Amino acid sequence: MELFHRDLNIDFLGMRKVSIVISTILVLVSIWAVAVKGLNYGLDFTGGILIQVNYEQPIDVGDVRASLEKAGYEHAVVQSLGGTREISIRLQPPKADAKESPDKVATAVSKQVLSALAVGHPGVKLAQPPDFVGPEVGQELKTSGIYAAIVVILGITVYLGVRFEKRFAFAAVASEFHDTVITLGIIALVQREFDMTVLAAVLAVIGYSINDKVVVFDRVRELFRLTRKADTPQILNRAINNTLSRTIITSVFTAITMASLGLFGGPAVHNFAITMLIGILVGTLSSIFFASPMLLWLGVSKKDLMPVTRENPELARRP
Amino acid sequence: MIDFPRWKYWLVGIAMVLGLLYAAPNAFRPQPAVQISPNHDARIDATLQKQVAADLDKARIPYEDITTGKDRMLVRFANTEVQLQGSDTLRLALGDNYTVALNLATTVPHWLQAIGGRAMPLGLDLQGGVHFLMAVDQDAVLKKQQQRYLDDIRSLLRQKQIPYDVVSQSGDGVQAVFKTSDDRDKATGAITTDTTDLNLSDSRTPGGGYALLATIKPDVLQKLAQTTITQNVTTLRNRVNELGVSEPLIQQQGESRIVVELPGVQDTAEAKRVLGAVATLEYHAEDESVNAQEAARTGNVPPDDRLYYTKDGRPVVLKKRIIVSGDELVDASQGYDQQTGMPDVNVTLNSAGARKMLDFTTSNVGKRMGVVYIEQTPEVKMVDGKEVHTSKTTETVLNDAVIQGVFGKKFQTTGLSQQEAQTLSLMLRSGSLAAPMQIVEERVIGPSLGQDNIRKGERAVILGLVLVLIAAAFYYRLFGLVADIALTFNLLILIAVMSAVGVTLTMPGIAGIVLTLGMSIDANVLICERIREELHHGSTPLASIRAGYEKAWSVILDANVTHLLAALGLVTVGAGAIKGFGITLGIGILTSLFTSVTMTHAITALIHGGRKRKLKTLWV
Repeated sequence: MELFHRDLNIDFLGMRKVSIVISTILVLVSIWAVAVKGLNYGLDFTGGILIQVNYEQPIDVGDVRASLEKAGYEHAVVQSLGGTREISIRLQPPKADAKESPDKVATAVSKQVLSALAVGHPGVKLAQPPDFVGPEVGQELKTSGIYAAIVVILGITVYLGVRFEKRFAFAAVASEFHDTVITLGIIALVQREFDMTVLAAVLAVIGYSINDKVVVFDRVRELFRLTRKADTPQILNRAINNTLSRTIITSVFTAITMASLGLFGGPAVHNFAITMLIGILVGTLSSIFFASPMLLWLGVSKKDLMPVTRENPELARRP
Repeated sequence: MIDFPRWKYWLVGIAMVLGLLYAAPNAFRPQPAVQISPNHDARIDATLQKQVAADLDKARIPYEDITTGKDRMLVRFANTEVQLQGSDTLRLALGDNYTVALNLATTVPHWLQAIGGRAMPLGLDLQGGVHFLMAVDQDAVLKKQQQRYLDDIRSLLRQKQIPYDVVSQSGDGVQAVFKTSDDRDKATGAITTDTTDLNLSDSRTPGGGYALLATIKPDVLQKLAQTTITQNVTTLRNRVNELGVSEPLIQQQGESRIVVELPGVQDTAEAKRVLGAVATLEYHAEDESVNAQEAARTGNVPPDDRLYYTKDGRPVVLKKRIIVSGDELVDASQGYDQQTGMPDVNVTLNSAGARKMLDFTTSNVGKRMGVVYIEQTPEVKMVDGKEVHTSKTTETVLNDAVIQGVFGKKFQTTGLSQQEAQTLSLMLRSGSLAAPMQIVEERVIGPSLGQDNIRKGERAVILGLVLVLIAAAFYYRLFGLVADIALTFNLLILIAVMSAVGVTLTMPGIAGIVLTLGMSIDANVLICERIREELHHGSTPLASIRAGYEKAWSVILDANVTHLLAALGLVTVGAGAIKGFGITLGIGILTSLFTSVTMTHAITALIHGGRKRKLKTLWV
């Protein structure tokens, strides 16, 4: 069984103006979404207190929010934990207590919250002791996440610069940036919770997407070396078409595993799987529509890729 | 296909067998158990076994079996609920003489254990427990050290009779002001011969005085920060033992944080109390007129004395009068004796302590002196329905030794092994230079949530694997089936490597395994697509296979190296969950490189190479 006909030759490069415009718009919208709407950071990043309570009777999330507001906790994030009686509440400890040891504050706040919730709803109970994360811990995680992304992208650039050529490295970095930003943008747009596993997934998306680009680039390099009369857009097109079925099959296989993780892996990895699925989609599309136009635009040509033989004078002198 | 060397077949075969063997222990579920280990001179023997059995029977708690080892006893239970009841009952019944700890007993067969087979330890999210992140207050330690140098400089100047106006703390150092530059030079000389830890710089004060600013050298500061962490980790480890957790994780994270993970523990309040204990030190003279063994047996101790025990249960009788206490100790570090080269512990006292020590040792050369470590743990008990706050004090003799000569400010404890010296110096520091710690993160994972996570994680792995297996076989037929075998073995070898290395399995780790399954098939997709292409171009089947593997190799290598770089990035982020994911992904990339290229090549060569007749078509 084959996905595409062998001699398939879709003119992807012909669509480059449209595809680059779409990509640019998506990147801009994503930047807007992350900057303006912001990521819905989870407890890992914001720090704060996470309280899980069980009600005896089914309860509406709005009611919980209302009673919290009455008690003075206005920016609490209230979520249902699947059922109608289990609620999770995330809130920031009051600023005035900054000097107090944070775990004592957490205990005190959870007691106050519980008594506020008990008004009108007797029998509300803590499901487990409250979790809390100090604000500086979250801040550090954010910083180290950004560092990791930069280090990864730089490392990959250097490697590709050595193994391929600098234009390929630039195109790869541009695509990485494109994929990461759009993935983050979608998460910000739908306001999915951004926790530590999502950060892991975003970093993994970088790995996945670079994998995809390398395969196309490798084919570009090979075709440049094999073809005598090289018309760059034609070669890029052939490279994309030749690797198209691989690009799609691998994405489908990876997506299958991530879907199974998302559907059956439970809440701990749900966000991870969803982020990976978004990243796989974005990464696959950019391998086809974005990375190669970037190469063309950077002016890659046959002579950049011919195997370097002249550098060894010893070899050159031999007959 | 003759071009596939024989040794590679062997390599593949051996990897398959080892993969199976070392992944196998994970199939045996650990069983909830309670571990009993003795304190002081208590013993593990048949009598204790009978007592434990009787206690459990009396409380009507069903247990599966009791095994007695050399220094511990294991009681196995059917599930965690019974295990908790059992441990509570036994803790009450056995009292202070034994430590009763929750444990997960392995059920891996003995022969598998004998060849080093072990299951991956489960992370907190898979077995439930408490997670703390503690921040060590390095500033407080720094302040204490500055105070120490301030005292030192002041007493040094007095001792050398160098006149000075004032010695005070200034910014991040100590400033001494002199009337003449001559005095300042003398002071500089005196300080330099006394210690090499300080950077000295001259300046003039607005009032016309000659100032000398002493700051602690950066490398000394850095060493100090690291010792502080190590010392706090040691203290925490000792305290956690008290909580009865058999496999706690206590680890430095970043520069000034310590992670404490206590599997099985649900009561955060109790855990926090134990972790937050306050420790002090006291030096006492030993009363050698009393036979300590005798005193321990009869309980007869002279009124001026007290009976103490060392960590390994040896009784020691010390006089009640304190010679020097922990707050007078400014440094304790492990070093080596300059003459013998044997490990020793160097203790430095402040000037007040030095004076007292000098007084004491002057008249007591040849006698023994002991140092006691005192820890106070706050406790909350319910009395008549009310919370009563008390504290529990534990006192241990860290070391007792003969006083070899008269000493004051500095002295050494010798006759220790490297390990003992290390421990003693760390314990001395925790009793005197304790760095305040604050809990900055706290999480509780219920045991049922852990179980639930394992079940769901397993289901996701198996389902993901099966779906990819079906899809690959469907799309690439025979080559898909070959890839399927490799993929299955990739999962096994990945688990085997993780188990052998001892990687803790967490939920993000499971996500990493699932992602590896999806991505490792990529190499096979690349190879199969290449083979199809070659066939399409009219190559013979055997040539197509050869070309397929050859041409796909460079891209597979590039793709995997870049992917590995990304995984390394994840590991360096450092924080728990992401690190676990990154490590799994990294190992997965390496194993998949082997299984999806070398292993499939071997199998393909085996299928197609053995045929005498010419291969006409490939089922790809």
